[in-house]
Amino acid sequence: MMDIENETPPAAVLGGAVEDDRPVVRSRSVDLVVSTILLAFAVLMGWDNWRTGASWASDGPEAGYFPFYLSVLLGGASLVAFFSAATRRGTDPGEPEVFVTRDQFRRVLQVLVPTLLYVLLIQVLGLYLASFILVAGFMRVVGRIAWWKSLLTSFIFAGGMFLVFEVAFNVIMPKGPLEAAFGY
Amino acid sequence: MEALGYLLQGFGVLFTFHNLTLMMLGLVLGIFVGVLPGLGGPNGVAILLPLTFAMDPTSAIVMLSCIYWGALFGGAITSILFNIPGEAWSVATTFDGYPMAQQGRAAEALTAAFTSSFIGSLVAVLLITFLAPRVADFALRFGPPEFFAVYLLTFCSFVGLGREAKHKIVISLSLGFLLAGIGMDTVSGQLRMTFGSSELLRGVNFLVAVIGLFGISEILLTMEERLALRGHTASISLRVVWEVWKSLPRYWATLLRSSAIGCWLGITPGGAIAASFMGYNMARRFARDKESFGKGRIEGVFAPETAAHAAGTAALLPMLALGIPGSGTAAILLGGLMVWGLNPGPLLFIEQKDFVWGLIASMYLGNIVGLILVLATVPVFAAVLRVPFAAIAPMIVVSCAIGAFAIQNAMFDIWMMLAFGIIGYVFKKLGYPLAPLTLALVLGSRAEDAFRLTMIGSGGHLGVFWSNPLVGTITTLALVLLFWPLVGRLLEGASRLVARPA
Repeated sequence: MMDIENETPPAAVLGGAVEDDRPVVRSRSVDLVVSTILLAFAVLMGWDNWRTGASWASDGPEAGYFPFYLSVLLGGASLVAFFSAATRRGTDPGEPEVFVTRDQFRRVLQVLVPTLLYVLLIQVLGLYLASFILVAGFMRVVGRIAWWKSLLTSFIFAGGMFLVFEVAFNVIMPKGPLEAAFGY
Repeated sequence: MEALGYLLQGFGVLFTFHNLTLMMLGLVLGIFVGVLPGLGGPNGVAILLPLTFAMDPTSAIVMLSCIYWGALFGGAITSILFNIPGEAWSVATTFDGYPMAQQGRAAEALTAAFTSSFIGSLVAVLLITFLAPRVADFALRFGPPEFFAVYLLTFCSFVGLGREAKHKIVISLSLGFLLAGIGMDTVSGQLRMTFGSSELLRGVNFLVAVIGLFGISEILLTMEERLALRGHTASISLRVVWEVWKSLPRYWATLLRSSAIGCWLGITPGGAIAASFMGYNMARRFARDKESFGKGRIEGVFAPETAAHAAGTAALLPMLALGIPGSGTAAILLGGLMVWGLNPGPLLFIEQKDFVWGLIASMYLGNIVGLILVLATVPVFAAVLRVPFAAIAPMIVVSCAIGAFAIQNAMFDIWMMLAFGIIGYVFKKLGYPLAPLTLALVLGSRAEDAFRLTMIGSGGHLGVFWSNPLVGTITTLALVLLFWPLVGRLLEGASRLVARPA
């Protein structure tokens, strides 16, 4: 799946080139994987709650009682989900046949990867500078919008956010070296 | 007529410069969010929630509910001009709304949609004004068993009435409950499901989850679909408004029927979507020429819009009176109440009169102002759709991050939001409903507390849920709703047997 990112420059996709409709994965396969993960999660939670105590004490149900039985319910339902996905022909209501096509997946990564980098950047540079970089970079690279427009929009947006949250509404955000230099 | 006095008092709270400004701001932001592709009521409210953290609760709820009204109005613009329903309950509006726009009657369709939204909401607000205090008053007598039975009713109706695969609804529900249970147990103070992590001590915050589930996942979905925005333009002239309003009395039956359907289904959890379709289908069934529906008939806009908005508004009734939200957005508003330090439930009507009646007054005023605002500014907001999505998407991501962080000042929450974004994306694509997950997350600990207090009181006998007529009725109703598909089939079979002469 890794070669998908390198096939064409990502920016061309938003422009409206020919769609690559080959499926990356079908809904049924994802259904199977998701129900397996849910089952594992249910087992993990059930085990932890059993350890905490899922029976009756003298003063009523123990701390793990309620969540334990919910884990059982979740486990049961994910088993049903697994077998229904494994044996059925069609799809469930609201579910497409193909989970995601190559082009769709590429577009999802176009926003998911920058978001991931953005969250990492927040920890280093603080929220406002990271936001400036995200908005400007995304507009320029993915949207192919002119540099000056991207930078200007992004500056106004990040600056506006700073004024609204930090100055007007007093909501404190993670800050980095830049804000420190200005005495915030 | 005690309610009227309180309502006037509520208007008094509302008519300060500060609150009116926030109301307008909320409406504009709401319409903006509603118009943006891929964002709608719950997403908009979730993303903009952090703006309100530093406000007093009354101003905050006024602004938030106005964001919600704005988003509802804005959703109609995209449905009619661009054939893209912003919300599941706008789907039925596109059936006749978009054909009308294609025929060059966009202004007429939009006026019809806004007007009928207004009428639907108004009927529901009237219902809230006069019924909610009584319900709250009645609910003051509720003990833990009654409350648990009402919670059970809420969850069972999701399972029984949901259109999704049943096991997926159950998964969504129980997952929400489990996530809500992480952290410190409220009764015994014991830690559970934290696996020694100090970050998990705080538990999974409901709002963080919602911002991820609705905000981030919508961005992913919108990017994936690459919406091709080819829409119609429209500006609304006073003459068109007058023409549509003049024709209103002719459709009184449709409007009334849809309002009633909407109010009824809105109070039932998860009902707004069903309400819009039911409103549409009923209008068609009662019409003389059924074939003209779907080809641009104005009744086809009136019926679903009235029902959907009556339902969307009525969903706030159980939230205010019982502390049980009737829709995803109501659940987010309820989460807001808790952040502002209010305790949702019947006591709200006694302890927080200013808050409750200020909110109800803002429903009246917000809808009137919203109607005028949206009629006047359609061209402006339709132009918003031409702003490149590449500029809007990162800004929404930033707003989500700010929102997630602001709730508990925790960096970990931003990561959690991201994880929920991916979960939301996968769930939406696989047909898992998100509303039950949201509801279970926000109500989980309260439902558990109610259950445990009941069990402690009864010494562990489940019979307590049938111990008096009130709790017995609610519990039985919950079970009937849970098995509704089965019950419905049985009833159908029985009626067929009766109808067929032996």
